[in-house]
Amino acid sequence: MHPIIKLVSQRLALGLLLLFGASALIFGLTEALPGDAAQAVLGQSATPEALANLREEMGLNRPALTRYFEWLGGILQGDLGQSLTNKLDIAESIGKRLGNTLFLACAAAVVSVPLAIFLGLLAVRYRNRWPDKLISAITLTTVSIPEFLIGYVVIYFVSVKLGWFSSLAMINDTMSFGQKLNAIALPAFVLTLVVLAQMMRMTRAAILNLMQSAYIETAELKGLSNFQVIARHAFPNAISPIVNVVMLNLAYLVVGVVVVEVVFVYPGMGQYLVDSVTKRDVPVVLACGVVFAAVYIGLNMVADIVSILANPRLRHPK
Amino acid sequence: MSDTLLKVRNLKIGATVYPPGEKPHDIEIVHGVSFDLERGKVLGLIGESGAGKSTIGLASMAYGRGGVELTGGEVWVNGRDILKTSHSDIRNLRGGEVAYVSQSAAASFNPAKKIMDQVVEAAVEHKKFSRKEAEGRARELFAKLGLPDPDNIGDRYPHQVSGGQLQRCMTALALCPEPDLVVFDEPTTALDVTTQIDVLMAIKEAIRDTGVAALYITHDLAVVAQVSDDIMVLRMGNTVEYGNTDQIINNPQEEYTKALVSVRSIEHEEKKPTPESVLSVEGITARYKGLNFDVLHNVNVELHPGQTLAVVGESGSGKSTLARVITGLLPPRDGEITFAGRKLSGDLKGRSREDLRELQMIYQMADVAMNPRQTVGTIIGRPLEFYFNMRGAEKRKRIIELLDEIELGEKYMDRYPAELSGGQKQRVCIARSLAAKPKMIICDEVTSALDPLVADGILKLLLDLQKIEDVAYLFITHDLATVRAISDSIAVMYQGRVVRYGSKSEVLSPPFDDYTDLLLSSVPEMHLGWLEEVVAHRKMESAGN
Repeated sequence: MHPIIKLVSQRLALGLLLLFGASALIFGLTEALPGDAAQAVLGQSATPEALANLREEMGLNRPALTRYFEWLGGILQGDLGQSLTNKLDIAESIGKRLGNTLFLACAAAVVSVPLAIFLGLLAVRYRNRWPDKLISAITLTTVSIPEFLIGYVVIYFVSVKLGWFSSLAMINDTMSFGQKLNAIALPAFVLTLVVLAQMMRMTRAAILNLMQSAYIETAELKGLSNFQVIARHAFPNAISPIVNVVMLNLAYLVVGVVVVEVVFVYPGMGQYLVDSVTKRDVPVVLACGVVFAAVYIGLNMVADIVSILANPRLRHPK
Repeated sequence: MSDTLLKVRNLKIGATVYPPGEKPHDIEIVHGVSFDLERGKVLGLIGESGAGKSTIGLASMAYGRGGVELTGGEVWVNGRDILKTSHSDIRNLRGGEVAYVSQSAAASFNPAKKIMDQVVEAAVEHKKFSRKEAEGRARELFAKLGLPDPDNIGDRYPHQVSGGQLQRCMTALALCPEPDLVVFDEPTTALDVTTQIDVLMAIKEAIRDTGVAALYITHDLAVVAQVSDDIMVLRMGNTVEYGNTDQIINNPQEEYTKALVSVRSIEHEEKKPTPESVLSVEGITARYKGLNFDVLHNVNVELHPGQTLAVVGESGSGKSTLARVITGLLPPRDGEITFAGRKLSGDLKGRSREDLRELQMIYQMADVAMNPRQTVGTIIGRPLEFYFNMRGAEKRKRIIELLDEIELGEKYMDRYPAELSGGQKQRVCIARSLAAKPKMIICDEVTSALDPLVADGILKLLLDLQKIEDVAYLFITHDLATVRAISDSIAVMYQGRVVRYGSKSEVLSPPFDDYTDLLLSSVPEMHLGWLEEVVAHRKMESAGN
């Protein structure tokens, strides 16, 4: 078998295994929390009899393992269960919220990924000179400040003082694409600041590392221009590290938006998760956890596979 | 039109250095070098590392590696001073008029692109040929350089061909745009001695057939004597001697040149085998995890106390694997190792501290074998603490003794490895292994990364230390001159087997088996016309070809 097919299928199998492990972990952890769904529905003042009855009714008295596999089986069929609080189908609610979160993440990624790579190249071009140092200083500052603080600072100046954008990033189906973009401008901006530094510095490091290779010297000594050297000779070899860090940050954009969504009251997955945790809506928390795990593992798997495909030694074995 | 292609006048080259803890400052590394090169001629630039020979070679392409800057003088190529010409003209020069062949083709080819794309790139870029013409020319060059399957080898990626083949591809890459001048920067140094001959011959014929001029840079005078018309000897950025090849080789004027010509002057009387042995390797067969073939097949060798066994062979012959088996890093599949009268466990975990102490190792790369953040005193003191529990004044006294033995002295005690030269680093590694008072030291290519004169010093030191400390050496090397200089017995390895084994005089006396003959005849000799003679008399091809 071609080694690439073997490696890629290994990655896929490993990804599924990880996802399975993550689901078990998430289920196990929520089981370990004090209180359960019945307690959450009836509240603190419920009588023990009422609790016992409800537990019987909801099937909570059965062994945890049985309930786990029922739950897992449901997920595999696309059934994430019902919310305890509003009895709505979780899959439907998550679908809409996930769409919103992905929309915000994509908007941030569309700006931040090209910007980070461009700034990284710029830093390489002027390495150790003032543009390089300025880029490093700014991106490092923004990544060092907690994102909720950046969020509030941005709200204070841009929406309160200047009044350019609304501080609430509410979107709904009736809005046009442009209106939606306008609404998410601030959270997208904050997210961009958060993920920019790592991608930019990784691009800089990856390309700088390559610029010292002997084959870059060979290319320079062929009389190629700087741009040709970078585009034809450095870039093909830098794909793998860059894709890895980009995927890691994309995953962060989806999974790590909780804080930013709360700050800007954005109706995405993060808000949904935080709301459900405060309401002790266990099935929703479980479902959100699994969706986040799937996104995270999936994107990292894509990065791994791109790295494998970008390696000529694996593509063309001896 | 004048026949002078390259005219260098009073070339000065500088660099900015950033020493740790000091302010950056400028230093000069080439101090006013002048020479001429006519069309179709070959000039050899020779010297040790730091002599500035590569720097001068690259200056003919107006290129400074790293932070190197061309600070003064003139470099005339095809009638204009390239230090004063425009950026676009320099781009035309590079790859178009002057091409470069580096020491390590393996590193100089882009791993992500096919060989053909890289070979024709400069010719197409400079509009010398269309892509199709350039590919045709590349295939002709592949054939001329003796590459297998010249029509299709260009479709491969660099990692799919051998090191010797890649070095020839690099030569094709340089010759493809029909340059006027090719700078060969140690093109055969990284190759096995048997492969070196083939590549050297291919380069020489390519130079002759295409009529291109060349700067041939090397530290090996015997090699440069085979290919060049003139030779310039450089030392620390100055010209030592400049003349035609015959004069430099046969009638050197300067002391330094004489030292280079007569290098490897160590005389070592072979010791007779004694009945007792310090190491006996019996029937060792070994393979690496994940491989489905053996790397060592039934290896038997013996080493007597206070003597030197040289294990010699090309890369891939299994000599370093043998060292890994003896040190316990690679447990053998079969066979036994007896050391100092006791059976050694095949696995490192099964060995006692005494086993570890009595069997030391010195490596090829001294700088990566030492912790850069420890001082020389700490590095040498560590085995004293670990094996002998020495502390304080006693330890210090012993460290100073050892530093004296390696001819460095007490003042080196508080220095860091980065402050030492390559030869000094290797000396510290020797002192560290001696600190354990071993019965035997495995020396794995310990002089391969060093300049010839420095390497000679290390070999002399090792021989002297052997007399004082009565330590045995298992000396792994690919260099037959080193073998001649220090061994008492020799094992020649080829494809995982010992093909010839015995005392030095037996192994180095005819009749030879075919492989030993190939190996011995491949060592460059310092007389003109040697290359043609040896190629005419060869019986077999090298394995790594």
